[in-house]
Amino acid sequence: MNLIQDTLKGNRRAIARLISHIEDEVPGAREALAALYPHTGRAYLVGVTGAPGTGKSTLVNELAKAYRRWNSPRTVGVIAVDPTSPFSGGAILGDRIRMRDLAGDAGIFVRSMATRGSLGGLARATADAIKVLDAAGYEMIFVETVGAGQAEVDIAKTAYTTIVVEAPGLGDEIQALKAGIMEIADIFAVNKADREGADHTVTAIQMMLDLNHASHVGGQALRRGSGQALRHGSGQVWRPPVCKTIAVRGEGVPDLVQAIEAHAAFLRESGLLGQRERERVATEFEHLLREQLMRQFVSRIAPEQWDELIERMVRREVDPYTAAEMLLRGQ
Amino acid sequence: MTEQKIRVLVAKPGLDGHDRGAKVVARALRDAGMEVIYTGLRQTPEMIVEAAIQEDVDVVGLSILSGAHMTLVPRVVNLLRDNGMDEVLVVVGGIIPDEDVPKLQELGVRGIFGPGTSTQDIVEFIRKEMGAR
Repeated sequence: MNLIQDTLKGNRRAIARLISHIEDEVPGAREALAALYPHTGRAYLVGVTGAPGTGKSTLVNELAKAYRRWNSPRTVGVIAVDPTSPFSGGAILGDRIRMRDLAGDAGIFVRSMATRGSLGGLARATADAIKVLDAAGYEMIFVETVGAGQAEVDIAKTAYTTIVVEAPGLGDEIQALKAGIMEIADIFAVNKADREGADHTVTAIQMMLDLNHASHVGGQALRRGSGQALRHGSGQVWRPPVCKTIAVRGEGVPDLVQAIEAHAAFLRESGLLGQRERERVATEFEHLLREQLMRQFVSRIAPEQWDELIERMVRREVDPYTAAEMLLRGQ
Repeated sequence: MTEQKIRVLVAKPGLDGHDRGAKVVARALRDAGMEVIYTGLRQTPEMIVEAAIQEDVDVVGLSILSGAHMTLVPRVVNLLRDNGMDEVLVVVGGIIPDEDVPKLQELGVRGIFGPGTSTQDIVEFIRKEMGAR
């Protein structure tokens, strides 16, 4: 099996094996990614995030089906991230349970991924797994984050369109005012909309958006990263739509698909898609560089020196800033 | 190179709805540091093998309590082989009558774990098999 050639041909075993090699950092994986890189950048990337139990997996299942049934059907790749246990290093990856409808369709590829210690809601290998699916020709790629709270916002720097999934009864208006995950939404899905309080949740989100919109119009353009109120030269602003869905019955999913398409069209027409891609690439590069520098640097430090330094900090003989300085100066 | 994680698909083929055993085993494998892809109830052999391919697993664990193991297990094993996944370790748990054990072994099923097996035995078996590669 030639992993590069076979991945480009869409061979599923090759795709799967290459993703494993990337996760395990098997020698050769980087070279394979380098060879695939010119073939990437074609897929449209959609992030799906939200608190545990809001129905992300079920919604992704429905979205994937909808794109397969589209009048011009698109192939769909799914990357579903679940947390690694900090104690054992193991993980239970259960997102496939809700994606069983996707079995048997050669136009869909689903991969579960454990975070392996990475924070921010994604795994370190997620960005590279996206490249593999992209190069293999999947046109829509959905990335489902771990059940996210308020700080797991990496997805906004990874996807073009980020859907934040809410469910009724999870929080009050104050939660909607807090920074973090609510700020990265390009689209809100209020799932389980048949439950009591769904309208209240929609209203709370709309009110938050009203405030953002007001402060935006009065102030200067907000940067991407606070994605709600995007503006560019011509003064266009994207206000995230709030879609009510009942994913288990597929209700509201056509609206959600339309919202994704509308956002994609907005990004293209406003020229913001290119800007997002640039920021996406820059963020990924920064992460990579930081990690490699760190590894390179740490590998030069003797374990005894490391242990001694930690001990000295524990004994309060030296503070962490000074200790870092000492290491950097090579003392 | 970081440590290579053992990836295990835990699946329940067939129609019986008892997944407690499968869940206990999944949890034990997680606690042993493995990545467990849990696919839930009522999986067809085709679904199981498709998941095994996409997830690139090292091990497929089948939990069968319905008595249909002599139909389901050969189909899973054959489909794995047809897809070039012969190297995947197949283990079966559940209620397997003694006379069926040699037949399953002949098919290439390496581990057969009946009621009362300790989860530690399953963990050790998988580790040993993986280490032997």
